[in-house]
Amino acid sequence: MSKFLEITQLVKTFPTPKGPLTVVRDFDLGLKKGEFITVIGHSGCGKSTVLSMIAGLSDVTGGVIVLAGKEVTNAGPDRGVVFQAPCLLPWFTAFENVMLGIDQVYYTASKLERTQIAEYYLSLVGLADSMHKRPGELSQGMRQRCGIARAFALSPKMLLLDEPFGMLDSLTKFELQDVLLNLWQRDQKTALMVTHDVDEALYLSDRVVMMTDGPEATVGDILEVKFPRPRTRRQLLEDPEYYRLREYLIHFLNERSHHRPGKNGQPALAHA
Amino acid sequence: MAFLDLQNVSKSFGGHSVLTNVNLSIREGEFVAIVGYSGQGKTTLISMIAGLLKPDSGTVTLDGTPITGPGPDRGLVFQNYSLLPWLTVYENIALAVEQVFPQWDAPTRQAHVDKYIAMVKLSHAKDRLPKQLSGGMRQRVSVARTLAIQPRILLLDEPLGALDALTRATLQDEIGGICQSEGKTVILITNSVDEALLLADRIIPLTIGPGATLGETVPVNLARPRNRTELNHDPEFKRLRAQVTNQLLSFNSTRQTTLTRKLILPDILPEDLDKPRVHRPPRRLSEEKSENVTIA
Amino acid sequence: MNKFKFDWLILPLVGVLIVLSVWHGVAGKKIFVTDAAGAIIEEKRIGLIPDLPNVVETWTSSLPYIKEPFAKRGEMDQGILRFTWYSLVLVAQGYAIALIIGVPLGFFLGLSPTFTKMFDPLIQVLRPVSPLAWLPLGLVLFMRAGPEAGTYAALFTIALCGMWPTVLNTAVGVRAVPQDYLNVGRVLKLSRWKMLTKILIPATLPYMFTGFRLSLGISWLAIVAAEMLTGRPGAGGFLWQEYNALIYEHIIFSILTIGLVGLILDRLMSLVEARFKATS
Repeated sequence: MSKFLEITQLVKTFPTPKGPLTVVRDFDLGLKKGEFITVIGHSGCGKSTVLSMIAGLSDVTGGVIVLAGKEVTNAGPDRGVVFQAPCLLPWFTAFENVMLGIDQVYYTASKLERTQIAEYYLSLVGLADSMHKRPGELSQGMRQRCGIARAFALSPKMLLLDEPFGMLDSLTKFELQDVLLNLWQRDQKTALMVTHDVDEALYLSDRVVMMTDGPEATVGDILEVKFPRPRTRRQLLEDPEYYRLREYLIHFLNERSHHRPGKNGQPALAHA
Repeated sequence: MAFLDLQNVSKSFGGHSVLTNVNLSIREGEFVAIVGYSGQGKTTLISMIAGLLKPDSGTVTLDGTPITGPGPDRGLVFQNYSLLPWLTVYENIALAVEQVFPQWDAPTRQAHVDKYIAMVKLSHAKDRLPKQLSGGMRQRVSVARTLAIQPRILLLDEPLGALDALTRATLQDEIGGICQSEGKTVILITNSVDEALLLADRIIPLTIGPGATLGETVPVNLARPRNRTELNHDPEFKRLRAQVTNQLLSFNSTRQTTLTRKLILPDILPEDLDKPRVHRPPRRLSEEKSENVTIA
Repeated sequence: MNKFKFDWLILPLVGVLIVLSVWHGVAGKKIFVTDAAGAIIEEKRIGLIPDLPNVVETWTSSLPYIKEPFAKRGEMDQGILRFTWYSLVLVAQGYAIALIIGVPLGFFLGLSPTFTKMFDPLIQVLRPVSPLAWLPLGLVLFMRAGPEAGTYAALFTIALCGMWPTVLNTAVGVRAVPQDYLNVGRVLKLSRWKMLTKILIPATLPYMFTGFRLSLGISWLAIVAAEMLTGRPGAGGFLWQEYNALIYEHIIFSILTIGLVGLILDRLMSLVEARFKATS
């Protein structure tokens, strides 16, 4: 079956004063269209490096990334990136930040239509009343809402989320996860998210990819998450299955993440 | 009689009410966690207990005596470590100890400082400067410094908020262990339900401002010592986790106001910026669909 | 309110008073030596530094220039604000040249490591050279310009000396643009022009304004030197002329004027700088 995003034998090596350091080696992953995948692992394991290679912001040392039948070679707005720090330009308002990208990819559209797109997505993420404020006047959570709106507004082929909620407190995180899930369901986007939060991974994704620790990090295991959608946090918290999966992931992070899978060890697929 | 007692405490800044009618009483030796959203007055609350802020109305008393200013009987640990960068781990702690126990002779003080450095497992790093330590180690120093002045009550203001998940878990276990063995009265401010459940005897949610106040107390009757992996199986843990989370989420839903606004999403497709710029009207999804039909 | 008044008004005034009294104490004083009959036979100055005019002398002698600040009694005998105005006009021109050259140069240095390696050592050598050293070179360069040679040489000096803080701060600012912002531009495939106007320039502005402020200070230093050497009318030229005319009171008066104008310029630039830092 042809995948929407296909990552084959991905390698990333950084030059260091002590010689080259292989951060990621033999990373294979395929995403179906419309699938929500999270990559989970300890900080510094190279999961963000993988994401930034898909985004085209970091060069691929070896292997191939193919998105919708085309090899990824550079950065572009067909992949909407949501960074950990929202990376809004502080001299623009939330609206102008979103418009910067819209003006690029919808350059054939009229000014009115472009404005409508920005207003639509900013309202959807809950910034209807504060879209003309600068990032300095917005709370952390509101800035990240704007970051999400900016990514969705460009109607990208897929979404890349690099620990987007890592800097938020756990309750603001809940709100934003719902904002993200809501938009994702509405737009049917293929999404890849990097996180180290087990609960976040289970709440959002269809599959959780567990990465081993770096250097030479790779896929350690993949967990299918088959909770029906739309999901509610309340329903998940009461599901005994949720705690089983949660434990499986925590166990991986605590024990198994320190070892690469064996030579012939294809990552075992855990069935939920 | 409660050890720490807050009666109808209110505080506002520049006309904005932050906390209203906060009532809280804590017994000696109790570990209480206050859980709430950020920016809702958690830090204001702990600052009033620490004596850094005065309440507009109401009283704060510790062991029957009203709190009027900061003092070494209340030890405060912040999210940022507030260590002096030019002093080593040992010197940072020794400075606080000298300040609070001037009557002790040098060997007693030295043994005391060493004891607390060992308690947070930093004996190997006692001569390092803060910049040579990781975030987790710095927070350990901060905890050791606070414990070394032997406060009657320990105030932890999101002490682990700036740390990554793994370090956070380790420090949670250590703080839990130390607090239990020292039998300290502790108030922990946090935004993590898991952290609160792991450490506290009681969880009190803080509602959402303006004019936030404390919600209904949730007693945590989980056996100690608590192990995070085993807790995961515990039905009582799951029940409490769901209860507290839902309570906090319900505060939030009351905050959300639904607004109706007419929104238009134009039916246009993005252009491929890898190709040269074109001069034509934008492509529309509806047109794309009709094309597909003719091909099929 | 009272605390504010005390800190910002009373204390500085006390400081000024202390300095004025020390000055007055060490300065000379005119006395008349009389004979037995009371007739003046000799006029002489006494004191720790007899030739230094005292506060009262300086004040009375400077009064005409302050009372009629825009008067023009002759080429080198004009009201103090008129002199200051001449100097400011020249500084404005030289400063403008400094910014027009300095900002692009700073951007090139910030953007291209090769360019930096090529020119940074040279800049570090030229930067500490005093305005007094550049002026003669300027006079040589514009020797054939005739009567205007002095003006061109002054502009040359101001522009050259005033440029460096702008160049260096702009370069630092460009290098300090967070990679995250540049990534936003890369993801959106912004054109070079948009990258510059939407991301690089706004991100660098706070640094640029720090450079602008320092540059203005140096330009004002340079103008005084340039006027002294070329004898152009202006705050510095006046000072040099009065030294030659042995009217020492006016030297002190000129120094105070130059200092005050410099302070005002710096404060104005700080206000502009603060505005830009606040918005970005």
